[in-house]
Amino acid sequence: MGRVFSFLTATRGKGRLHWTDWVSYAYLIFGIFLMFAPVVWLVLSSFKSANELDRFPPRFLPYAQETVEIDGLDDPLLAFTVIDGDLTGQVVGQTRRAAGRAEVIVPSNPDERIRLTVDQLEPIEGVAFATENYTQLFERFNFLRFFWNSTFITITATLLMLLVNSMAAFALSKYEFKGRTSVLLIVIGTLMIPQTVVLVPLFLIVTELGMFNSLWGVIIPGAATPTGVFLLRQYMITIPDEILDAARMDKASEWKIFWRIIIPLSAPAIAVLAILAIMWRWNDFLWPLIVLTRTENFTLQLALNSFQGELQTDWPSLLAMTVLTLLPIAAVFMFLQKYIATGIASTGGK
Amino acid sequence: MRVIEIPMLALQRKVGVNRLAWAFLLPNLILFGLFAFLPVILNVFYAMTGGDNVLLVDRPQVGTRNFATLLDCQNYLDANSCREDKFWRAVWNTVRFVILQVGIMVGFALLTAIILNRDIRARGFFRSVFFFPVLLSPVVVALIWKWILQREGVLNAFLDWTGVGGINWLVDAQWAFVWSVFISVWAHMGFYTLILLAGLQAIPRDVYEAALMDRAGAWRTFRRITLPLLAPTMLVVLILALIKGVQTFDEVYAFTGGGPGTATTFIIQYIYEEGFAGAPRLFGLAAAASLLVAGVLVVLTLIQLRISRNNVDG
Repeated sequence: MGRVFSFLTATRGKGRLHWTDWVSYAYLIFGIFLMFAPVVWLVLSSFKSANELDRFPPRFLPYAQETVEIDGLDDPLLAFTVIDGDLTGQVVGQTRRAAGRAEVIVPSNPDERIRLTVDQLEPIEGVAFATENYTQLFERFNFLRFFWNSTFITITATLLMLLVNSMAAFALSKYEFKGRTSVLLIVIGTLMIPQTVVLVPLFLIVTELGMFNSLWGVIIPGAATPTGVFLLRQYMITIPDEILDAARMDKASEWKIFWRIIIPLSAPAIAVLAILAIMWRWNDFLWPLIVLTRTENFTLQLALNSFQGELQTDWPSLLAMTVLTLLPIAAVFMFLQKYIATGIASTGGK
Repeated sequence: MRVIEIPMLALQRKVGVNRLAWAFLLPNLILFGLFAFLPVILNVFYAMTGGDNVLLVDRPQVGTRNFATLLDCQNYLDANSCREDKFWRAVWNTVRFVILQVGIMVGFALLTAIILNRDIRARGFFRSVFFFPVLLSPVVVALIWKWILQREGVLNAFLDWTGVGGINWLVDAQWAFVWSVFISVWAHMGFYTLILLAGLQAIPRDVYEAALMDRAGAWRTFRRITLPLLAPTMLVVLILALIKGVQTFDEVYAFTGGGPGTATTFIIQYIYEEGFAGAPRLFGLAAAASLLVAGVLVVLTLIQLRISRNNVDG
């Protein structure tokens, strides 16, 4: 604790905490709570059995009733403590329960069945993480299908976007040609056309190209992005032209220069763009909602959204599915959060 | 990559190095043309036609009737007096939402950025704490909070325990709206915090040192140095937040479905429902409505580009 305290109190190099420091740290700690607690609550809840989820008020950790093994019986019995009567304090296993009465067995005396009233018994519970919510997803729903659709869209769209945008960025940063300014203006112009305001005609074009209800209908329309082009162009401009000239002396073709020199040298910018693209594609919702109407084409986001409508009360499956949808992004966040921060700061989003 | 290399080499021999740039640009330009510029033009045609056919040739010309339908109102402030009352409900909901959401979010983002910019320990960690929800998908955000806010959820359990008593949050129109604003702020605040923090860190240290020399107090330093120097970043953040706020759809749609009633139906949901979810599919009306939204967004984007350019120049 001492170390934690000295860690927290060491500020401003003066050794003493100003009251504003206290306020700041209080705010930040409240921030941790507000940002993480809902997610922690979701994950904990997803490990609760259906009974436990129905319980009100809810308990923090997932609990399940413990069981006792009784000699001579195949299945373990639900465990209770007797809280009233002769057997007070004893642990018993319940064999039957009906109409307010229960039949129990004391483990040390497996042959005798004792009748008690239900209010003499208190269930023994321990923390137990129920995994059936998760296994159920694979049995009852086409979960792997949705997972695959999301993964396919995310990976293909990201690779396509990187290729197409870096080619354009290369042309706009390393060539002097007539019309370069107009092309740059065109790219800036597309900034003003968000997908949300051209949904109807976009739908027509995608349908006419035969991509309605196809994963490609989600992948291709967003493959070229103005911010992607700009981000890569800003970076490629800083690559010295001498390197290109040297390669041209060695009779390297322009494509080879692009593929073998420019791409590897732009790796940091490409990595940032790749992370942004992965996040955007994995979380994308409105356009897939319009293009993909058949259940077998659903992405995870669409499946989650439609199941919450259909299965209004099936929280166990829904919670587990939400956690699995969140997991890949959480993993990306943990490993790459530094790049994400710089990426967002330099592009202002997608 | 030889599939691309060989034709590119042949092309290079034919047109020369400099004109090869167009070959590199081609895929991008085709995509922009097909999925950005062509739709903008087609959108105008859709807005001028009626019926529920997708193909433009099958759609009857109706001139400006779609706009007339949308704009037919006795009193624009009262959705009930409008022919297309759902549109105006969505418009006013969006206006209320954007004002609240952008105001609260940018305010808290600024506060958070200022605190993160102090000499605190573990700044990187705290920064990512606030940024974390930005990465979550809208549907996940909606479900996380729906689970907390449901009738027998953890928030109501807490309120019961304190004696206040639970509320059925998402069934009440006012509360559903308040919570929609809340989850949207929760999910996006970290993004703007990050941009504002970068803006704060770009303010040169010596300006503050000079202020210290002049014995300017903390509040005065903030008012006279931090705020003016942060103003351009602040403006960019405001405009960006407005642009995104107007287009709010995903998380609120998954959260409340636009309800109860139309309490949380925003303009993009109106477009989606008229054009895609309902039957008949009123593409014309949806296109006309999206043209109106596009007008607002173009103005906002132009302002943003203008400010960004001034920033770069100055």
